[in-house]
Amino acid sequence: MRRYVVRLLVQLVVGVIGISLLAFFILHVLGDPVLLLLPQNAGRSEFERYRHLLGLDQPLYVQYWKFASHAALGDFGKSWYADTPAFALVLERMPPTIYLTFAGLLVALLIALPLGIVAALKRHSWIDSLCTAVAVAGQATPLFWLGIMLIIVFAVRLKALPASGYGTWQHFLLPSFCLGAALAPITMRLVRSGVIEVMNMEFITTARAKGVAERTVVVKHAFRNACIPVITVLGIQFGQLLGGVVITETVFAWPGVATLTVESIRNQDFPVVQCAVILLALLIVSVNLIVDVIVGFIDPRIRTGP
Amino acid sequence: MTAVSASDKADLVGVAETPATKAAEPRATLRQLRRLRFGLAAGAVLLLIVASAVLAPWLSPHDPLAVDIRHRLAPPAWMELGTGEHLLGTDQIGRDLLSRMIYGGRVSLVVGVSAVVISATIGVLLGLGAGYFGGAIDWAIMALINVMLTFPFVLLALAVIVVLGPNLVNMIMVLGVAGWPIYARVVRAETMAIREREFVLAGRALGMSHARIVFRQILPNLVSAIVVIATLQVAQVIIAESFLSFLGLGIQPPTPAWGNMLGEGRVYMLNSWWIATFPGSAIFLTTLVINLMGNALRDWLDPHMKV
Repeated sequence: MRRYVVRLLVQLVVGVIGISLLAFFILHVLGDPVLLLLPQNAGRSEFERYRHLLGLDQPLYVQYWKFASHAALGDFGKSWYADTPAFALVLERMPPTIYLTFAGLLVALLIALPLGIVAALKRHSWIDSLCTAVAVAGQATPLFWLGIMLIIVFAVRLKALPASGYGTWQHFLLPSFCLGAALAPITMRLVRSGVIEVMNMEFITTARAKGVAERTVVVKHAFRNACIPVITVLGIQFGQLLGGVVITETVFAWPGVATLTVESIRNQDFPVVQCAVILLALLIVSVNLIVDVIVGFIDPRIRTGP
Repeated sequence: MTAVSASDKADLVGVAETPATKAAEPRATLRQLRRLRFGLAAGAVLLLIVASAVLAPWLSPHDPLAVDIRHRLAPPAWMELGTGEHLLGTDQIGRDLLSRMIYGGRVSLVVGVSAVVISATIGVLLGLGAGYFGGAIDWAIMALINVMLTFPFVLLALAVIVVLGPNLVNMIMVLGVAGWPIYARVVRAETMAIREREFVLAGRALGMSHARIVFRQILPNLVSAIVVIATLQVAQVIIAESFLSFLGLGIQPPTPAWGNMLGEGRVYMLNSWWIATFPGSAIFLTTLVINLMGNALRDWLDPHMKV
């Protein structure tokens, strides 16, 4: 178990370094911050002076090292826009994003688990076909369009729920449903195929043969084992889930990290963008790590495997 | 997934009839046929969408950019106040919605297909390299894949587009470069399995070069998997493109794209629902038929494919 965790930790460090490199180079190689900071009519000497001031005239690896060694201590520089430390700005927006992510995940599981299990147990029935059809349609629905439609129906027409904002539990309903509905189809398919696979296993036949009630077979024997692929894939897909969070936050004006990042990208506020991207990546990588450890605990074959 | 060998392909020609296919139960065969029919229907719809995009200048009743302020926010023809002049109504500055929809399809399809070609090329090359050579090359490429998969791809695309400037070419590049890991992962796994097969060993023994083995012996076995992923990815790219355009970071107005039409129409949703609803439905329909086609293609080529 220890070797397994160490290997995962090494992967985590490599992942975070890789992402910091990516974030750094995208913004430093592709764009010239000075061009964005100074007015267009500024003179050549002015540009040179600013480049020197920001350390942009040094070799890239020196710049990266400076950036990374500061970032490791939580210093991502000051926001060019708000004149406050980028780290504090991003950290402040983190809780709403995390709440939304888990609320969405919860909704997805609430939809996907029962439907997936029923579809698997009643394979080839009309319920199964209906679930598959809904899943295929759901996968084709653009998340932002779904969000807009939800706003129109529930906020504009029915005036039942707030269209955007943050604060009360009502504010959570539309965004988390939107996110959950986007995640549910793939989860449902995973649950379905997981349960189908497990139901054909010998230990299920054994359980049935020794007279265990069908309900107990499904709940205790099949479901637990079917959970493993679901947890793994959801863990791997956490990055994709955060992509969905970005879209949901934008549509519902949710005050999370993603909205902040999109705003900062628009304002060309590089320190905040870098900080947000790296912290989000850190979040994703840690979730992946936790998932891997959990799966390792549930299924010993995985941690002792090659 | 098992590789599609020549004999498998021979079976596939007569999917339902040959006794050699794995579908032993008649029910499964029927289901397969039904799925195939779905796929064919989806393909037909997709063909219609592609044709309308290609023939846009001849099909669209109006100039998609022609502003007609007097007839702004006209509802679709079947509603009260709607006219046959504008079948799907007009937008906030009186442009004909049907014409804009037809032209908007061009953007989605061009971006979808070009980006997929780019990401498939990168992904297949890296996947073949990692799977065939293994060792340090494999480790480095896998590390890159993991980093790419960890990164929230939407944010990456946003950042690059803002830095480079929003236009068609940049968007294709960004979406193309962001999409390769999924191909690389599948191709790598398949290559690793095929590398151990006898015909590769035979090729080595005959003195074939690595390049010849990789591209002439291994790659043909992977074509069906690549085609299936690519088909499904076109739908993903179209959704991503429309989201970028929706945010105002993709195709710039006045050029019509489904995404930016949806974004502009959002403001007028309350009274003029049609401006945002039609482009949204177009995105939905297009991605739906592409997904259906991709699924049918997978079932037809190889039902055991893990894509």
